Amino acid sequence: MKYRLIFRIAYSLLLARWKQTLVAAIGVTFSITMFITLLSFMSGLNDLLDGLILNRTPHVRMYKEIQVSKKQPIDYIQKATQGHNFIKSVKPKKDRIDIYNSEQIIQSLKKDTRVLGVAPKITAQVFFNVGSIDLTGSINGIDTEEENRLFKFSDYVTSGNFMDLKNVPNSIILGKGLATNMMVNIGDVVQVTTSKGEQFSLKVVGYFQSGLQDLDKVQSYASIKTTQKLLNQSENYITDIQVKLKDILWAPPTAKEYQEIYQIDAIDIQKANSQFETGSSVRSLISYAVGITLLIVAGFGIYNILNMLIYEKMDSIAILKAVGFSGQDVNLVFITIALSIGIFGGSLGLLGGFGLSSLIDQIPFNTESLPTIKTYPINYNPKFYMIGGVFSIITTYLAGYFPAKKASTIDPVIIIRGK
Amino acid sequence: MKSTTVLEAQKISKYFHDPVTIKILNEVSFSLQSSEFVSVIGKSGCGKSTLLYILSTMDTDYEGEVIIDGMSMRGKKEDELARVRNEKIGFVFQFHYLLNEFNVLQNVMLPGLKLGKYSEQEIEHRAYEKLSILGIKEEAFKMPNQLSGGQKQRVAIARALINEPLLIMGDEPTGNLDKKNSEIVFHIFEELAQVYKQTLLIVTHDNEFADRTSRIIEMEDGQIIKM
Repeated sequence: MKYRLIFRIAYSLLLARWKQTLVAAIGVTFSITMFITLLSFMSGLNDLLDGLILNRTPHVRMYKEIQVSKKQPIDYIQKATQGHNFIKSVKPKKDRIDIYNSEQIIQSLKKDTRVLGVAPKITAQVFFNVGSIDLTGSINGIDTEEENRLFKFSDYVTSGNFMDLKNVPNSIILGKGLATNMMVNIGDVVQVTTSKGEQFSLKVVGYFQSGLQDLDKVQSYASIKTTQKLLNQSENYITDIQVKLKDILWAPPTAKEYQEIYQIDAIDIQKANSQFETGSSVRSLISYAVGITLLIVAGFGIYNILNMLIYEKMDSIAILKAVGFSGQDVNLVFITIALSIGIFGGSLGLLGGFGLSSLIDQIPFNTESLPTIKTYPINYNPKFYMIGGVFSIITTYLAGYFPAKKASTIDPVIIIRGK
Repeated sequence: MKSTTVLEAQKISKYFHDPVTIKILNEVSFSLQSSEFVSVIGKSGCGKSTLLYILSTMDTDYEGEVIIDGMSMRGKKEDELARVRNEKIGFVFQFHYLLNEFNVLQNVMLPGLKLGKYSEQEIEHRAYEKLSILGIKEEAFKMPNQLSGGQKQRVAIARALINEPLLIMGDEPTGNLDKKNSEIVFHIFEELAQVYKQTLLIVTHDNEFADRTSRIIEMEDGQIIKM
């Protein structure tokens, strides 16, 4: 009963200045719309840029690093009872760079419930022979099907069929930049020299475009078998094991665990690509700051209009108090007005934000380096809508708080006697 | 009908501090019995309106005691005082102070809805009743700005009556009205006092008005000189 009466009074005061009220509500609508659009767009862009690297990067990469032995020979013969050993000019030892027991490691990784998939890989440094010139490059030997399932390989193969890598013997998919430099087309044969000096002919079955130009100028893909043949190695020669987990956040502890179990180097995606994380968080921070500033400006608009309303309705407030409405009732009336503006403007803003971001989602966005992207990226995360909604209510409440407090302390005697 | 004390003022003093401290009321004491029709007169600036606002509980900055219906108003919280005004006191001001956003009927119902003692239908029924006593039942659905000054003042009286208050206070209720409308309003007060045994306390500077009330309190320089 009491709240119904308060609502009724608030409603009639709202309607009394409906034009100003509408302007205030539009202010909120505009800021929420921009807030949602900005965050959706920025976050879509972040996802796109992160995806450029992160989608193609294994969550945990296991490999063998060429490095200095941790225990030098002297450590074996002399127990360090007193003094220290100083060894100068330590060099890395000659060691195999393939992973020992790779077959067993892959089998055991596949049984781990946290693992989404495992893809073996071989990296080989080669020279591409074009006439009298040699171009440096690298060939990644991949398990075509697994690579596609886990790292969306087919998305980046812009011409040719990626499965030909498996089906056509001695085939290669070249980076677009590399193919252009060498002036080769699909179906042509390229000459490759390995680091050990052996020559090899490979048939080009496709181009790939990663979005990173520098990468496309040196990278190429072949099947694992072809690469092993190229390097003249046996069937269990593997240099990298790429693991994709069910949750990217599990990567750091899992990497550490694998390192201990299998006694090889393992690096997690967060460590390998920490710069992306930083970039994304700074970009989101900026969008939040801009969005919140917009909302605060809208809040000042509401504050102004409520203040004006109070001066205008001083008589009404005084008489309400004279006939028995308490300061708290008057306070509630103005808070209700502010919140109604916030809720009305805010919900329209959420709809507007959704509309505007859907519109941006339709705008064509074609770029040479991003073959899979056709329109501007938008992230429709419900989190943004929730933050926007909550924030519109909080700011309008704060904007209403001080005017409402002022209205509640109006002394009716001064107003009534003043006439 | 047995008369009881409705309102009692005990040694009320009040100071104005701006620009210099002036004692505007000096130990004013009097009491008001039920169904009395009392007018307070005095020259402009003698403190009669100030006294009324203290008695009405709206002004709380005073010395002395105000006792309404046997309860002291001193030390009560703001919302408790609001409740007292809502339930026990009806106001009629010089200016009508109707809410322009509501129609006449809603204006009259407002204090009743706030009190929340009866259902909305019941309050509406009572509001009609009051409007018909005051002869403005036909105007119930008009907006306040469509009414004449005299009609507005009668709506304000209806609003003051809606919660059947112990006491009606008026601050120059005829001050803004012409002769004819003043006469109508006076007759309404007279009828309320005689037929409905309503207690009334009216501040006025119209001696003709005061002469026709049952009791006159005359003030001068913050003191009662005759009552």
